[in-house]
Amino acid sequence: MTNHWKDIKNADVVLVMGANPAENHPCGFKWALEARDENGAKLLTIDPRFTRTSAVADKHLQIRPGSDIAILGGLIRHILTNDLHHADYVRAHTNASFIISGDFGFEDGLFSGFEEAGSRYDKTSWSYQRAADGYVRRDPTLEDPQCVFQLLRRHYDRYTPAMVAQIAGCSEQKFLEMADIICSTGRADRVGTIMYAVGWTMHTVGSQIIRTGAILQLLLGNIGRPGGGINALRGHANVQGATDHAIVAGILPGYLKVPTPEQTTLAEHLEASTPQPLVPDTVNYWGNYPKFMVSLLKAWFGDSATTANEFGYHYLGKPDGDATWLSIWDEAYHGRLEGFITLGFNPLLAGPDIPRLLQSMSRLKWMTVIDPFMLDSAEFWKAPGMNPAEIDTEVLYLPTTHWIERDGSFTNSGRWAQWKEKAIDPPDGVRSDTWVLSELFWRVKELYQQDGGAYDEPIQNLTWNYLNPREPLLTELAKEINGYDHATGQLLSSFGQLQADGGTSSGNWLYTGSYTEAGNMMARRGTADPTGLGMHHEWAFSWPANRRVLYNRASADAEGRPWDPTRAGIAWTGREWIGDVPDYGRTTPPDAAGAFIMTEEGVARLFSSQMADGPFSEHYEPVESPTVNALHESVPVNPVINWYDGVRETLASEGDDFPHACTIYRVVEHEHFVTQNVPLLVEAMPDFFIEIPEGLAAEKGIENGGRARVWSKRGEVEGVAIVTKRIKPLLVNGRTVWTVGIPVHWGFAGGTSNTHASMANLLTPFIGDANTRCPEFKAFLVNIARAEPRAT
Amino acid sequence: MAISRRTFLKASVAGGVVVSALGFDLKPAYAAVRQLKIRNAREYKTVCPYCAVGCGTIAYVHGSGGLNTTKTIIHVEGDPDNPINGGTLCPKGASQMGLAISPRLRKSPMYRGAGASEWREVDWDFAMDWFARKFKASRDATFVEQDSQGRTVNRCNGIAWVGSATVANEDAYLITKTMRAMGLTYIDHQARI
Repeated sequence: MTNHWKDIKNADVVLVMGANPAENHPCGFKWALEARDENGAKLLTIDPRFTRTSAVADKHLQIRPGSDIAILGGLIRHILTNDLHHADYVRAHTNASFIISGDFGFEDGLFSGFEEAGSRYDKTSWSYQRAADGYVRRDPTLEDPQCVFQLLRRHYDRYTPAMVAQIAGCSEQKFLEMADIICSTGRADRVGTIMYAVGWTMHTVGSQIIRTGAILQLLLGNIGRPGGGINALRGHANVQGATDHAIVAGILPGYLKVPTPEQTTLAEHLEASTPQPLVPDTVNYWGNYPKFMVSLLKAWFGDSATTANEFGYHYLGKPDGDATWLSIWDEAYHGRLEGFITLGFNPLLAGPDIPRLLQSMSRLKWMTVIDPFMLDSAEFWKAPGMNPAEIDTEVLYLPTTHWIERDGSFTNSGRWAQWKEKAIDPPDGVRSDTWVLSELFWRVKELYQQDGGAYDEPIQNLTWNYLNPREPLLTELAKEINGYDHATGQLLSSFGQLQADGGTSSGNWLYTGSYTEAGNMMARRGTADPTGLGMHHEWAFSWPANRRVLYNRASADAEGRPWDPTRAGIAWTGREWIGDVPDYGRTTPPDAAGAFIMTEEGVARLFSSQMADGPFSEHYEPVESPTVNALHESVPVNPVINWYDGVRETLASEGDDFPHACTIYRVVEHEHFVTQNVPLLVEAMPDFFIEIPEGLAAEKGIENGGRARVWSKRGEVEGVAIVTKRIKPLLVNGRTVWTVGIPVHWGFAGGTSNTHASMANLLTPFIGDANTRCPEFKAFLVNIARAEPRAT
Repeated sequence: MAISRRTFLKASVAGGVVVSALGFDLKPAYAAVRQLKIRNAREYKTVCPYCAVGCGTIAYVHGSGGLNTTKTIIHVEGDPDNPINGGTLCPKGASQMGLAISPRLRKSPMYRGAGASEWREVDWDFAMDWFARKFKASRDATFVEQDSQGRTVNRCNGIAWVGSATVANEDAYLITKTMRAMGLTYIDHQARI
């Protein structure tokens, strides 16, 4: 989230799209209801289903799964053709005025620079024009035909209401009614927010859906303002924190970059990772990258990190290309992965394409599963259709503690790191994750000392200065994350103190200030709210720097006056900024630099060359789509997604009979799979079901409460049929398209519920987003039939 | 004077030791009715384990935690001071004690050998020895110090680590630190999906 949960109460318009917070984030969603009830805010949902959120919304628009960019692109066009953008904001705080290379173009579904052979873009033409001084050329009038504003207008001009309706299957009229409300916030005195979740990310164009949402919010002047922003609603208690701390391919803690093989020295890595300013008036905060990176290496390798060994730069592995989720499974599928370790995660059920994952697991030499509960993943060799005698994978299951038996901090969607106390002791025989990890570390380290082996210098030199080295305290780790000044031995209070010369250490610069000499800031419980906006600066710690709204310099105009004094993010008094912790120097005058301190442009990017699949977004169909791409038939799907070997054969193709769109989702009684271990919740929502629109059910002779079977090219599920009015037929490109809904919560192991191993991810395709490789769980094709009742 | 239930209760509260018209003191019985089950429980401020709203919760625990005592969780409810949830919880959060004491929590490491059709219970020493030896063997077998172009890459190709979005920040950090130092590059968690 750019903002945070309670801040949603400050909005005038709340657009919920790609999320269903009434069901999946109920207590956070209360702030949307507060905005509706106390502020008169309009609450809107755009979704393939009429959800529980829709049930309390002012308006709902049903769309086809995978048509999000068409909708959002249509909204951008609606803004630009009707001059609804927040003109002063756009001019002051975005790169609308930046001039783009004359070689940039877009034709028939492809941006300039497409290289067919590599299925990638050469981005040379996606660059800014430079003036004689080396900085980017800008046109403050926004009239230059090559300026970002004009390119944006031209690009989205194709997304007419008629085109939107044709792609998404909604009515033009309903789209326009929705558009009028959403686009009503492009003014200083109004502000709107977007709440989204994995309904946006889980597509082959997921990152671009979010970017389109960001472009929309920038045009409306809603980023950086209380009541605004673009807010990802995350699904696990600490998915934000585990990402910040980089249990993620491609990044190191604090969103530093994993070194690549080309970066053969630390200096090369730092140079490649440290952006240069593109305009004279930018803070370009990532210019501090070397301080963050060297401080991280010092935290990890301590006295062994010296200038002589480049602070241990070569202790870090340089990956051979992509190392994300799908690539991990692909390595296993091809028998190249020997060992697989999973902690606090049920990866088999998480999918996609469970039949493929089962084969992949069978080709591992060994697997270790660390979790409080026995998992389907650990028992994959018992899955329906598997023959244990033919599976040589050795599996170790380790029972570990869960949240209430440990202290430590969780960072919520709104970036608030809240310390939790340990309430009870684990039962005898159960160890903590920290203990397991430490024990593994020590035993491996000692084996290397005894027997030697592959390059073990980083293991021998890893800092491990904990009171109990076999089970560090989480407070010790919290302090290591915060970081120290080595000259004084004191905990740091701000990442502004970090140095690139090895004089400081910090395990994650974003969390510097979270555990200082003044104590554990994450454990703070002050409830004061002097701004009245729900910022609560004395409650817990919000990264970075206890800032509650990211990019809050943009909540004020060029002179530092809040766009809306009744909802001021920060305000310039003439001497300093007051309000939220400023995203800017506290005493830096408003005209000193651009509002977006993290970009080398100093402003937000309406046009961005950072993406793999285009500087603007474009509607591409899901890889399994019930229709052609109405914008460009020759380029139906995202042209730069990665196709793993053998995956094309697993997708519905010409002549296959998979006519219906399908999407998957969660229900309030369950959280993924773990709640299958909670008797009350199993009782409340006991069984797998299939949500089927009335007309389709009638056509197939399926009765409400009867049974149905749904299958894709990859697998099949069977369950109770819930025949619903909540999903209507859609007219897409002149053809009726039905959408079927499937919840994700069931597996085969343990079995508190009567599910017949109906796992949603038996159906989903093994393909991911062009930027993140997040799988396309949310839009694929199926067929459906009535199934006969089963004996219970 | 007719004594209604209300005035009777008033009298017994206000009057200290009062012998009622019934001839015996009802005060202890009254007090027992008023006792909550969380009386004498210790409060621990924690955070809901499910979604990422981050609702504050209070766990009520019996037992001092001292030697020879066992802490028993008796109730979990929303933390009214927490500005995010203000004491409210959803159906999952409200029943989280059911997760804390689920009958399906496991207490022993288990091992499944190649081709076996059942688990075998093992002790922690066996388990961690097996784990460390497997880890080292695969690391040794798949470690690449220099790639085909002679560049130092120092990576372990043959082991992947996934998870977790359910552990605390401090454990998440320790996972990253340890696995990156081991040379792993196949590291990911629920955020990807």
